[in-house]
Amino acid sequence: MITATPPVETKKNYLNQTEGLKSWLLTHDHKRIAILYLLGLIFFFAIGGVFAALIRLELATPAGDLVESNTYNKLFTMHGIIMVFLFLVPSIPAMLGNFLIPLMIGAKDVAFPRVNLLSWYIYVVGGLFVLVALLMGGVDTGWTFYTPFSSSYSNGYVVATGLGVLIGGFSSILTGLNFIVTIHRMRAPGLTWFRLPLFVWAHYATSMLQVLGTPVIAVTLFLLVLERGLHIGFFDPAYGGDPVLFQHMFWFYSHPAVYIMILPSMGVVTEIVTTFSWKKPFGYTFIAFSSIAIAVFGFIVWGHHLFVSGQSAYAGMVFSILSYVVAIPSAIKVFNWTATMYKGSVRATAPMLYALGFIGLFTIGGLTGLFLASLGMDVHLTDSYFVIAHFHYVMVGGAIMGFMGGIHLWWPKIFGRMYSEAWARVAAIIIFIGFNLTFFPQFILGYMGMPRRYHVYPPEFQVLNVLSSAGASILGLGYLIPVCYLVWSLKYGPVAPPNPWGATGLEWQTSSPPPTENFEVTPVVTQEAYTYTSEEVVHVG
Amino acid sequence: MANHAGHAGPHVVPKRLYFAVFFALVVLTWVTTFVSTLDLGRWNIFVALAIAIFKASLVVLFFMHVWYSTRLTKMIVMASLFWLMLLLFLTMADIWTRTWMGVPGR
Amino acid sequence: MASHAADTHADPHVVSTIQHHFESADQQKDASTIGMWVFLVTEVMFFGGMFLAYFVYRQAYPAAFASASNNTSLLIGAANTTVLICSSLTMALAVRSAAVGKKNLIVLFLILTLLLGGTFLGVKAYEYHDKWVRHEVPGHNFDCRDESGKACIDAGHTPLFFALYFGMTGLHATHMIVGVGIILFLISQARKGAYGPAWHTPVELFGLYWHFVDIVWIFLFPLLYLIDRSAVPK
Repeated sequence: MITATPPVETKKNYLNQTEGLKSWLLTHDHKRIAILYLLGLIFFFAIGGVFAALIRLELATPAGDLVESNTYNKLFTMHGIIMVFLFLVPSIPAMLGNFLIPLMIGAKDVAFPRVNLLSWYIYVVGGLFVLVALLMGGVDTGWTFYTPFSSSYSNGYVVATGLGVLIGGFSSILTGLNFIVTIHRMRAPGLTWFRLPLFVWAHYATSMLQVLGTPVIAVTLFLLVLERGLHIGFFDPAYGGDPVLFQHMFWFYSHPAVYIMILPSMGVVTEIVTTFSWKKPFGYTFIAFSSIAIAVFGFIVWGHHLFVSGQSAYAGMVFSILSYVVAIPSAIKVFNWTATMYKGSVRATAPMLYALGFIGLFTIGGLTGLFLASLGMDVHLTDSYFVIAHFHYVMVGGAIMGFMGGIHLWWPKIFGRMYSEAWARVAAIIIFIGFNLTFFPQFILGYMGMPRRYHVYPPEFQVLNVLSSAGASILGLGYLIPVCYLVWSLKYGPVAPPNPWGATGLEWQTSSPPPTENFEVTPVVTQEAYTYTSEEVVHVG
Repeated sequence: MANHAGHAGPHVVPKRLYFAVFFALVVLTWVTTFVSTLDLGRWNIFVALAIAIFKASLVVLFFMHVWYSTRLTKMIVMASLFWLMLLLFLTMADIWTRTWMGVPGR
Repeated sequence: MASHAADTHADPHVVSTIQHHFESADQQKDASTIGMWVFLVTEVMFFGGMFLAYFVYRQAYPAAFASASNNTSLLIGAANTTVLICSSLTMALAVRSAAVGKKNLIVLFLILTLLLGGTFLGVKAYEYHDKWVRHEVPGHNFDCRDESGKACIDAGHTPLFFALYFGMTGLHATHMIVGVGIILFLISQARKGAYGPAWHTPVELFGLYWHFVDIVWIFLFPLLYLIDRSAVPK
């Protein structure tokens, strides 16, 4: 039910405190920096999405009739680079994390606000490098930049793109650094570690990954740039260089990177599930420690990307076993979310729909990861569409669904407006349907032998490909709808109260949107997290 | 040289200690240089690394004050070393074991 | 005691340097220190990647690495290492001087650190030039030979050594150049009396950075200069 809003509230908040472009571009306020990031994220998601559309358009027919193979190589490469490095990695931490963590811990800002702003500028510069490389002609190496193709043979703009990713990596490092110090030292009085919202635990684990892993890909790309730009060979087989070493170094970061992409989303899901089950999370300690476990174990499984590369079989076995182990903490979370909902007062709001979608789709994605972690099966499935389906299930069905759920859950807090619940639910369902139609057929295609990164395929694969492409158009539509009603709500949505959902957490104790200094008075925490009382039940919509 | 007892500041390290550490570092530098000219076979690298690790430890503990620091700082230092070892040794686990299994058919 | 005189004008910033989002000066200093340590962790992993490449290739091509390493100057390497260690001492003393409030000593020790760091960089520049002249820079004109003009052992793999030599020492030198820039800033601040017992965090945190750069070199020296220096022919 949308009603016309009364004249804009005159209460000062972080949005209207100061005006003018300069006050935004030179802000130290973590909330404004989060909005700056949001703009960048939407921009890059759109570009990555356009590439996805072109890919699916080409793959609707078996022949290579839309683009040449060289162009197609660039399409999937740029899609991957933009989506992974410029969208997924920063998405939740740099946007929702930046906005919410100081609020959730009762602080006025992150530990290093200027470093926070710097991290946004670095993100922009890195993104610009990638954009310029794209406009000049792009890269065709795959987002994985494998040598010696990327170092010696590719005709694409590897140096510019590599530098862009390298620079963007520093943005991620600084965000992680800021969060670690903030969470350690800026908590409000009474807020012990085990009273923290699990969203914060998730981000602490993510920050560990960002700080420990990202520098390795930075140096790897640095060496690649040196090799390609100055012909100083580090991976060149002509001098005895080992291309598999590149893969080791690349994946040492890029595997933990997938946990950087999923852990914050899991944190969001925990917040949504508890809020809309009206119940404290089942097994708080397990959920908290499982986040840390995922972060730690996530660092010792990267060799499962190298099973067919020439890596030793013994190392393969070790990495395989460890890859099974890393699934355990994720499974624990799924059990805990389910147990939280059991006998809870569940409301199927839009954020909850996204969270439910996450739980189901992440489970499928995670289980198919186990197929890939098995050495024998991986020989058949590697570099096939099975892999693509697997990682899109966890990254899109998982991470992005969590991001969408979080945007909806905290939209009233961030912008002070309620969005249309009806449209939000419709969009969530369309996204869910579109997503499954796009990617489920790809499991079958991969199993049947369709390789990834080819713009042509045998005609017998066409039916499933057409289903997938049809799904992609529905998915694209699904993502466009929230843009419409969310933007609309900024001007016409009902004014949001401080706590529209009746949720627990310090961020809901301050006004919507919050004032620049977050809290009029520094909160003092006296109770455990997630204390829901049975008296108040808030109705939504 | 005395500590300012009135200030709630960090412990001030006596100059003697700094000079002692400095002296050890310089001596060890020349020791490692000299030892490298001796033929110890496969032990050369281990001796060189052991000396380097000891020198680095002196710098970390005393020049960087970790000896006097909080538990959190010490944990951060240990974590960085642990992760570096993961990077080095898990990768080498591949390299070192590549020849263990023969090629099928040969 | 001399320290009292230094005390009275050393801390004009005590109140104003607490940023608005911190509750106390202690919290601010604590947070900044942890922040610097976390940054150094990222540096460990950053250099660590190159150490990995070194590790892999040295054990794959030991003869090439030994032969190439012998083309570096043992004496210059050891002397330069000593210079850098001296700069670590002067940096530690600079921090200590700030902690005890001796303004003139802070400036003195920072200047000494600057000079020693500059010396190190100058020597490295000389070594780089020397390598360039001797065709030891990987690229078209690469040609690794020892003093007598004989080709290096396993010469085909020696470019890997030199790639790592330039990559690792180059990255190290870049960190030192940044450090030199920061020292200049610290000197100008110290001369204005900005640092004293109650607040000298920038000096302390920069000290951590400088010592870290020293530690990297403590490992680079034996790994690059001291491979197989015994005269016994293989």
